[in-house]
Amino acid sequence: MTAPERAFEEGAGVSDRPLLQVRGLAKTYGARIGCADVSFDLWPGEVMGIVGESGSGKSTLLNCLAGHLAPDRGEVIFDTRGHGPRDTVTMPEPERRMLSRTDWAFVHQNPRDGLRMGVSAGGNVGERLMAVGARHYGDIRATALDWMGRVEIEAARIDDRPSAFSGGMQQRLQIARNLVTGPRLVFMDEPTGGLDVSVQARLLDLLRGLVRRMGLSAIVVTHDLAVVRLLADRLMVMKSGHVVEQGLTDQVLDDPQHGYTQLLVSSVLQV
Amino acid sequence: MIRRALLKAVAVPGYQVPFASREMPMPYGWGTGGVQVTAACLCPEDVLKVIDQGADDTTNAVSIRRFFERTAGVAVTERTDAATVIQTRHRIPETPLAEGQILVYQVPIPEPLRFLEPRETETRRMHALEDYGLMHVRLYEDIARHGTIATSYAYPVKVEGRYVMDPSPIPKFDNPKLSDCPALQLFGAGREQRIYALPPFTRVVSLDFEDHPFDPSKADHPCALCGAEDSYLDEVITDDAGGRMFVCSDTDYCAGRRAAGHQGALAAPFEEAGT
Repeated sequence: MTAPERAFEEGAGVSDRPLLQVRGLAKTYGARIGCADVSFDLWPGEVMGIVGESGSGKSTLLNCLAGHLAPDRGEVIFDTRGHGPRDTVTMPEPERRMLSRTDWAFVHQNPRDGLRMGVSAGGNVGERLMAVGARHYGDIRATALDWMGRVEIEAARIDDRPSAFSGGMQQRLQIARNLVTGPRLVFMDEPTGGLDVSVQARLLDLLRGLVRRMGLSAIVVTHDLAVVRLLADRLMVMKSGHVVEQGLTDQVLDDPQHGYTQLLVSSVLQV
Repeated sequence: MIRRALLKAVAVPGYQVPFASREMPMPYGWGTGGVQVTAACLCPEDVLKVIDQGADDTTNAVSIRRFFERTAGVAVTERTDAATVIQTRHRIPETPLAEGQILVYQVPIPEPLRFLEPRETETRRMHALEDYGLMHVRLYEDIARHGTIATSYAYPVKVEGRYVMDPSPIPKFDNPKLSDCPALQLFGAGREQRIYALPPFTRVVSLDFEDHPFDPSKADHPCALCGAEDSYLDEVITDDAGGRMFVCSDTDYCAGRRAAGHQGALAAPFEEAGT
C-alpha cells in the first residue's frame, strides 16, 4: 500500500481546510475573456467537474489553476504539505514546478501531449520519480511495473514505446505516469476525449477506482455529461468565461436552474 | 568579447554562456569554437599543442597548429607537459595536466538535453530550475534497452552539484579526469555560439544510478606499441582477415613511453622505427 492510500484510510487525508481555494480568478486574451471571476473551494478527496461548450473557458481555467497559464487577476491557494496554504500564482517558478512534479498531476486530453513518445513506457512512468531524485534503477523499474499493473497494461510491454500503444492504453499510461508520485490533486482535461465508448467506460471505471482508493482530489474538465455524472461530486457549469451554475452533480444535472444548463442537459441523447 | 564570455563561464562553472561566434577561416564542425577560445587565451610566450582524437599528426590538428604558429607567432609542441595551451578534440591527454595549463575543447553540441528536449527556451529553463529528471530518463532508457548504460562518449556530468554539462564527445574513460583537474578547462562551441568552463579543481560527477554505477570503460587490451595498460585505445584494422591491433589514441603518450623503453607486442624497436 502506498503512502497516500494509507493516509486516506487512516483518515489523515481528511483535513479541516480546503485543498484548493480559488478567489476571483480571471484571464483575458486582449479584449476577449478567457475566464472571469471564478471562485470555488475544493476539499480533500473531492472531485469537481467543469462542464460547458467549446470556447466557454474550461481549459483556460484549468491551465490557470495548474500553473500553465498566468492568470491576470485572482488567487489560487493550494494547501501545500510543507508550508500550509500558499498562493500558487505568486509562488516562485521552482516551487511551482516542484508542486507540479509531486503534489499535482495533469492528464491531457491527447496522450501525445502528456507522454514522451520517444521514451519507453517504463521511462515515461519513471520520469517523475527521477525528477524528484530517485536514483535506483531497480526500484524505479519495480514501481513502473506496479503502476502499469494498476492501469491494466501488461508488464511485458514496459520497454515498448507509447507510439506502439493503442489510444486507450496511451491514456492509461499517461494516468500511471502522473499518479506515480502520489499526487493529491489531479487536473484532467477531457480525459476520455477521442476514445471509443467501450474504452471510455473502462477508463472511467479505472479512474473512479484510483481516485476513490487514493483519496485524490480532482478537477475534471469535460463536455461529456456522462463523465461528470460518474466521476464528479460537484459540478460547475461555464458559459462565455463565467460560471453560471454550480452545485452537487446530481442536483445540477437533475434539476438545472440556469437556462444554459437546461439546454446542455436536454441536449444529451437518450439511447 | 570572447574573454568576457570566458570570465563569466569560469565564474559560473558548467553554465553555457552565449557569445557572438565569428566567422573563422574553416568550416563549422572543424573546431571554430575551439579556435576562437584558443585565440582569446594565447599570449606570445605560450606554447601550443593541438590534438585531434588524441593524435598530434592528423589533418585538423596539424592545420590548426600551423595556423596559430603563423598568425599568433607562438611556439608549438607535441609534448603535453611542455604545452601551456592545449586545444583538443574528443580526448583529454593521458599525461596528467598541471597547474597553469589551459585545455580548450572543441564542442559540437554543448546542450546535454538537446536530444531529449528540442526547444532551446525549454532547455534553458530546465537548467535554470535544475529540472534534470530527463537526463536520468535517457540513462534509464539505455539500461532498459541494452542492460547497461551504453552511452560511451559525451557522457553527461554534473558540475559542483549544480549544472548538468556535456563534456564534449570525449570517451567516458576520460570523464574522471575532468574532476579536480589542476588545469583550467574551457569549452567552445562555434556553431552553437556557447562557451562554458571548468575552473581548476572543480568537482565533476558523472551521472549514474545507484545499482548501475558509472564505469569508465576502455578496450580490454594493452597498447600494441607501448604496452600501456592504463591508456585509452584505438582499434586499428590491419587486414581483411579479422586482424586488428589496439594502440594508444594519445600519440604523445605512446611515443614518450616507447622512448622510455616500454614495448608492446607488435612494436618495432624504438630506434629502428625512428629512422
